[in-house]
Amino acid sequence: MSSTATVGDLVSQPYKYGFVTDIETEKIAKGLDEDVVRLISAKKQEPAFLLDFRLRAYRQWLQMQEPDWAALGFPAINYQNIIYYAAPKQQEKKSSLDEVDPKLLETFEKLGIPISEQKRLSNVAVDAVFDSVSIATTYKEKLAEHGVIFCSISEAVKEHPELIERYLGTVVPSNDNFFAALNSAVFSDGSFVFIPRGVECPMELSTYFRINSGDTGQFERTLIVAEEGASVSYLEGCTAPMFDTNQLHAAVVELVVLDDASIKYSTVQNWYAGDENGVGGIYNFVTKRGQCRGDRSRISWTQVETGSAITWKYPSCVLQGADSVGEFYSVALTNNRQQADTGTKMVHVGPRTRSTIVSKGISAGHSANSYRGLVQVGPKAIGARNFSQCDSMLIGDHAAANTYPYIRCQQPEARIEHEASTSRISADQLFYLQSRGIGFEEAVSMMVSGFCRDVFNQLPMEFAAEADKLLALKLEGSVG
Amino acid sequence: MIRPDAPVLLEIRDLRASVDEQPILKGVNLMIRAGEIHAVMGRNGSGKSTLSKVLAGHPAYSVTGGSVLYRGEDLLALEPEQRARIGLFLGFQYPIEIPGVSNLEFLRVATNGRRLAQGQEELDTFAFEDLVRERLQVVQMDPAFLERSVNEGFSGGEKKRNEILQMALLEPLVAILDETDSGLDIDALRIVAGGVNHLAGPDNATLLITHYQRLLDVITPDFVHVMAAGRILRTGGKELALELEDRGYDWVDEELASLEAGEAARTPLEVA
Repeated sequence: MSSTATVGDLVSQPYKYGFVTDIETEKIAKGLDEDVVRLISAKKQEPAFLLDFRLRAYRQWLQMQEPDWAALGFPAINYQNIIYYAAPKQQEKKSSLDEVDPKLLETFEKLGIPISEQKRLSNVAVDAVFDSVSIATTYKEKLAEHGVIFCSISEAVKEHPELIERYLGTVVPSNDNFFAALNSAVFSDGSFVFIPRGVECPMELSTYFRINSGDTGQFERTLIVAEEGASVSYLEGCTAPMFDTNQLHAAVVELVVLDDASIKYSTVQNWYAGDENGVGGIYNFVTKRGQCRGDRSRISWTQVETGSAITWKYPSCVLQGADSVGEFYSVALTNNRQQADTGTKMVHVGPRTRSTIVSKGISAGHSANSYRGLVQVGPKAIGARNFSQCDSMLIGDHAAANTYPYIRCQQPEARIEHEASTSRISADQLFYLQSRGIGFEEAVSMMVSGFCRDVFNQLPMEFAAEADKLLALKLEGSVG
Repeated sequence: MIRPDAPVLLEIRDLRASVDEQPILKGVNLMIRAGEIHAVMGRNGSGKSTLSKVLAGHPAYSVTGGSVLYRGEDLLALEPEQRARIGLFLGFQYPIEIPGVSNLEFLRVATNGRRLAQGQEELDTFAFEDLVRERLQVVQMDPAFLERSVNEGFSGGEKKRNEILQMALLEPLVAILDETDSGLDIDALRIVAGGVNHLAGPDNATLLITHYQRLLDVITPDFVHVMAAGRILRTGGKELALELEDRGYDWVDEELASLEAGEAARTPLEVA
């Protein structure tokens, strides 16, 4: 690329996951009412407690308002114009991958997520979710030997209903917020992970979410439970085809961590972001929350958010157990007309709880990128500590970066630190690197990955390089 | 070292350039052969820094006329990074800070780019560490600077030493040093100049851009050029720099005024 191009061109790299898989899909009619909720539950042959959970959530949702406090602007969503259930026509989850529609396997292969026996990643178990259903989970047997349950949430409802009943909705109650209530009413699939007492999960677990249909909402639900002394590292990835309409994605993720247990949850989100004029793209309204219920428990969220037209997402930690630890490491990149309002909540309840927040926002094009975070320290959180660092990087002259830190502290001896900075990739910096023989785009990606290093260091090794490449790709053509 | 038969590394012919449509260079001519050290002197605004940036390919400057041949190749057709890879080096007057990018990594990527362009193998992390530690001695730099971000929080002198370290690693054929002496105390100046002298050899050339004689006390130029109003007004040996030190730049102004008067008188005739 010519060095005389401007910084503003750098984000126009075509989205390479924008293809649509031509596969027969079973869809229900558009729109949402109580019958639709019952229909979804019936299709999944759910026990009564779950139908009740859904119906209660639906009724609560009807009473609720879409939140409007985020720094986001978008046309009103017509919730009756969305299909709430779509599944590739392949009933019954197959016992062997050989029976899965090759088109589906091909789709995931194309996305770089091989799930067939020969090609699968050697130390990562994958649950592949296509539109509303999970189509395959690898390494289930191997994990079962260690007592680890890793399956789609639909399967878990059938095979481990007692676990689902005990934990579902206990971290994010169905009336937590508008989008969580909607999800609780209509969630279709997602992943379930259970790590029993004392077990260190022998491999990385990963769920890959793919939206394929143009008019379908994706409402997945993930629940991860780590019993006393257990630990697991989990990664989710997401892509979607390019449509000129917007698709709604409203997920809920709940993490439960007991004494001395830990969950590391990483996300590489690359939903379709819309075109350079902001047409199309995913509306991503996600509620993610983990509860450190046990003493000395730990939750670490790492997210790399590069896609979606709109991102509304605040992975949070409720630090109940004494000496529990919450961490949030985030890179959010917006380009063109993308809007992101993302951050975290660290709620310190127990004594000596500690939390760390490192947020890196990169805004290019005409995008808007906001960090919104809450640090709350309750009266019993004696000796609580928090450290927050929020850095923003601007590329070009038309992007915006905002930081909204909220601090509520009821504990006079708590220590809360907040650092923030805003920087810009300047033409002089680029020229300096170029004058040392470093190509224009490599120069940009060097600066961007340098900016994000603290966060990338937190990603599982297999994915850190991936994330680096993804950012470089997203920024291609945006600087100059 | 002047050798009339040495190969020409850089040949600048009637180079014209402007920034924001404002002409700055108005016909620069300069020929540099291997082994030579040239100094370009002149007042602020005479165009010396512009000359260095145009040669390195800074995007803010547009070339409006003339040509630059680098070892016979059209330099102006190349991107800045290509110019660097084939051996052109610009030492910045104000080296740029790049937070988050490790100095060591930056030096390694730059060095390997240059090595590849010369048909040499890339150096792995270990081989490069050995090389960089050896070259650090050229500028007596503390290895701790390798672990920091590029130029971030460096003092003026440390930044300039980092520039010379880059030069020592990239082994350029033509090194342009833009006001490398500015902001240096006498010790730092000696170290930096020592580095430049150490790196100067029969196969490469150095173009010093400076205001003051004091740099030329420690690096002896073969040629001194005086620049004014975007042109090289006079060229001489090292004694020309001493003359400037003695007489100041006022005579340059006079010479320039008479030159421009001559041009003004000629122009209507040409039009006619």
